[in-house]
Amino acid sequence: MSAQQSRLIRSMAIAAVLLAAFAMVGGGLVALTEQMTRDRIAENERRARLASLQEILPADHYDNDLVSDTVELADGTGLSLDTPVMVHRAFEDGEPVAAIFPVVAPDGYGGPIHMLMGVRVDGRLAGVRVTRHSETPGLGDPIEVRRSDWIHDFEGRSLGEEPEKKWQVQADGGEFDQFTGATITPRAVVRAVRRGLVYFEANRQLIFPETAEETSSSR
Amino acid sequence: MSTYRDIAREGLWTNNPGLVQLLGLCPLLAVTGTTINGLGLGIATTIVLIGSNLAVSFIRHAVHPEIRIPVFVMIIASLVTAVELAMNAFFHDLYRVLGIFIPLIVTNCTIIGRAEAFASRNPVPRAFVDGLAMGLGFTAVLVVLGAMRELLGQGTLLAGAEMMFGAAVDLTLQPIPAYDGLLLAVLPPGAFIGLGLLVAAKNWIDARQQRASASSAKEARA
Repeated sequence: MSAQQSRLIRSMAIAAVLLAAFAMVGGGLVALTEQMTRDRIAENERRARLASLQEILPADHYDNDLVSDTVELADGTGLSLDTPVMVHRAFEDGEPVAAIFPVVAPDGYGGPIHMLMGVRVDGRLAGVRVTRHSETPGLGDPIEVRRSDWIHDFEGRSLGEEPEKKWQVQADGGEFDQFTGATITPRAVVRAVRRGLVYFEANRQLIFPETAEETSSSR
Repeated sequence: MSTYRDIAREGLWTNNPGLVQLLGLCPLLAVTGTTINGLGLGIATTIVLIGSNLAVSFIRHAVHPEIRIPVFVMIIASLVTAVELAMNAFFHDLYRVLGIFIPLIVTNCTIIGRAEAFASRNPVPRAFVDGLAMGLGFTAVLVVLGAMRELLGQGTLLAGAEMMFGAAVDLTLQPIPAYDGLLLAVLPPGAFIGLGLLVAAKNWIDARQQRASASSAKEARA
C-alpha cells in the first residue's frame, strides 16, 4: 500500500469517527431533552384534550375521567373517517350522560373540516366545535367559535322528524343560517353533524354497552 | 477584523436575513398572520441560530472541510428538535399554532448560511454576537410584518399574547374598533406584498442616507 493510500484511508477513518461522535452528541442532546420534557408534554396534551372536550360538555355535567374513558369503534365511515373512531364517554353517578367523538365534513370549500361533536344520551346535541379546517379566512371561518356564535346554534338540537329536510342550511330549505358569501362551508358542517347524529344512534349499543344490557334485561 | 458593533449592524440592518439576504422566507411569510406568531417563531429561530453558531464555532478546528456540512446539519437538526420539545412542554398553545414551522426551522437557510459563512471562521464570542444579531434581525422582520398583517387583516395587535405569557396576560389592542378586516392582508398574498413593502422601505432609507452623506461630503469639500 502506498503512503498516499494509507493517508487517504486514515483521513477517511478520522472523518467517520468524527461524524459518529457528532451524531452521538446530537442524539444525546435530543434524548436528554425528550427525557426532561416527556411528562410535561403528556400533561399538556391531556389538558388540551380535556379543554376541548369541556368546551362541548362543561365540567359540572359529568364526574368520570372524560379524557381516558373511551371506546374505540372500528368503522368510522359514517363520520367520513378512515381510521377507527375514538369516542369519549361522559358519566354522572354511573349513568351515561353523553358521548363525544370526531366527525369530518369532507366537502368543505377549502378541504375537509375536522370537528368534535358531543351527543347526549337522549339524542340531543351537547355541542359542536371545529378543530381543524382550511376554509377561507373572513368568509368561511365563522364556523370557528372565536369568530362567531354560529356553531352554538347546534346545541340542544336532535335529529327529530324529517331530518333530511330540516338539517340543511336555509339556502337548501333547511333551518340553519348560512353566512354572507359562504354557503358551501356551513352546508358541509350541517350535513356532517347530521351524519354524526345518525352515526350515534346507529352505534349507541357499542358506545354504551352497559345501558344496552340494562334495557335488554329489564325487558 | 470587524468589531462587535459591525457584526451586530450586519445582522440587524445591512445584511438582515429577512430583508437583504431574503433567507428563511417560507416561515417568514407563513406564520406572520399575527404579531405574536411572528415573535414566537422569531425567538425559536434566534435560539437555534445562537446555539448552532456557538457549536459550529467551538468545533471549527476539529472538523475537516469535507465533512463540515453533514456535521452542521446534525448540529442544527438536534438543536431544532430540542427547541421543539421544549416549546411543546412550556409554550404548548403557541407550539400548536406554529405547528409544522417549528421543525421546519431546520430548513431555514439563514442558520446553515451563518454556520458556513461566519461561525466556522470566527471565534466563539464573535459567532455568538453574529447569531444573536442575525436572529434578532430576523425576529424584527417577523414581528413588523406580523403586526402589519394583523392590524390590516383583523384590526388588532398582539392578539394571542396569553399563549406566550400565560393566561393572565391579555395584551390585545384594538386600535381600529369594529373593523371588518381586510382579507388580502390575512391571506398569503398579503405576506408577499407586506414583505415587498418592507424591503422597499429599507432600500429607500438606505438610499436617503447615502444621498445625505454624499451631499454632506460635497459641502465639506466646498
